[in-house]
Amino acid sequence: MSNLIADTEIEVPLETFPIHKDADPDRKNEWTQPHRIILMLIGVALVASAIFFLRWDWLPNYSGLILQGLWRTIWILCITVFLGFLLAVPLGLAQAAGPAILAVPARWFCTIIRGTPLLLQLWLLYYGLGSLFPQYPWIRGSELWPYLRQAWPYAVLALTLSYAGYEGEVMRGAFAGVPKGQLESARAFGMRRFTILRRIWLPQAIHRALPTLAGEAVLQLKSTPLVATITVVDLYSVASRVRQDTFITYEPLLLLAAGYLIITGIIVFLFRRVEKLIPSRLG
Amino acid sequence: MADGSIIPEALSQMLVLLSPSPPGWGGNLLRGLMHSLQIALGAFGMGLIIGTLGAYGKLYGSPLVRDLAGIYTTIVRAVPELVLILLLYYAGTDLINRILEASGYQRIDISGLVAGIVVLGFVQGAYATEVLRGAIKAIPQGEVEAARAYGMSPTLMMRRITLPSMLPYALPGLANLWLIATKDTALLAVVGFSELTLETRQAAGTTKAYFLFFMAAGLLYLLITLFSNVIVGRIEKWARRGMPSVREAR
Repeated sequence: MSNLIADTEIEVPLETFPIHKDADPDRKNEWTQPHRIILMLIGVALVASAIFFLRWDWLPNYSGLILQGLWRTIWILCITVFLGFLLAVPLGLAQAAGPAILAVPARWFCTIIRGTPLLLQLWLLYYGLGSLFPQYPWIRGSELWPYLRQAWPYAVLALTLSYAGYEGEVMRGAFAGVPKGQLESARAFGMRRFTILRRIWLPQAIHRALPTLAGEAVLQLKSTPLVATITVVDLYSVASRVRQDTFITYEPLLLLAAGYLIITGIIVFLFRRVEKLIPSRLG
Repeated sequence: MADGSIIPEALSQMLVLLSPSPPGWGGNLLRGLMHSLQIALGAFGMGLIIGTLGAYGKLYGSPLVRDLAGIYTTIVRAVPELVLILLLYYAGTDLINRILEASGYQRIDISGLVAGIVVLGFVQGAYATEVLRGAIKAIPQGEVEAARAYGMSPTLMMRRITLPSMLPYALPGLANLWLIATKDTALLAVVGFSELTLETRQAAGTTKAYFLFFMAAGLLYLLITLFSNVIVGRIEKWARRGMPSVREAR
């Protein structure tokens, strides 16, 4: 009897104040507010005036080079994020749960990478190591020498180490944030330590770190133009070459900024898709 | 130099190269460090001012102000700093000179220091906006309501309530921004401003002791970072006084 009364009492407010999805007036017509329409018109006018009044006649001559630079930027970004993440997992694990003999060097590595500018690390590797290597005949004679004479291995190495340093710190927090009960129950099931890492610890840590991973990937994209300073031809260095060849300053830079904006948008979109794949309720 | 063993001689050679007086390049490195610190301090300060304005605009501004602040933070945080620096550096100096010429004044040379501070400050402002906005939103709503109930004017409320009580939430993010500011000064080497990284490269290029000088500069940057961490720890302890420690609060 009392149950019945309680049921009706709950139902009444639900019927009198129905909660709809679009009850929030701010979200209802987000894009048709007058000031937004005016802003969009101004934006379209700016883009149109940039297209009509600035000089774009150099574009066909350099289109091949631009595509090549774009490809190299994306390629460097993908490979350094991948390798850096592979390196960040042991770094984070060592700091979160490793013995002191592993944890202390891992922490120092992260501190040093995060405490010095990437440009300096890049130049240290390229000019520093690059000037040391030729002194040793056995390196000059080795099969790696043709690669060590080029610039891109140093760029990939520096960007990978940098990403690993920043991401190792993130993974430390993510590993430490996985609830103890999850690991204990995995051990109670008789899983081996590596199986626990593969099935329980790492997936949950990655899920925790995913939003930060997206941010770090964008930061990594924003670091890639630095490789142009050690003669790797990426998107940025194509723009500076156009500037040197044709004395056109703004157009290549504006195109460059637009290009990076689009790549950033794609990264954010992809990570959002990946995040949606994972059910967000975790124990 | 006197004894024949190799290691002390190499070491003394390094010390000669790093000494602050003319045969060594230590003085140049230290001068570069001072320039870097000046720019970082200026840019961080300018970033704080822009960030405070931006955060208030994003939280309490009219829809137009909110959208403009959103466009600013989105674009600045999505485009590489290097591209922004080049764009603002060339476009900014060119624009100012064109305005000056159009209004009948002489062209001026904008010093690298001022340009560096303005450009990096503009970049820092976007990040500071987000940090401060989050911190202001983290203030317990009751404190703001109580201040309004007492009839405080918005500026008085900002000075007495909002800024002090958002500080503990904003400090970790701001400390991070300060470290980013010190490291981003290195990017000004690309536009030819003689801060620590460019001075280091010149010293290394002249003496051919690349490894030594880049290591020395790395050590200087690392010292700034470690020293800043100590200071930030102190400030954070002071700002969080009376609050439970981070570990207990979880």
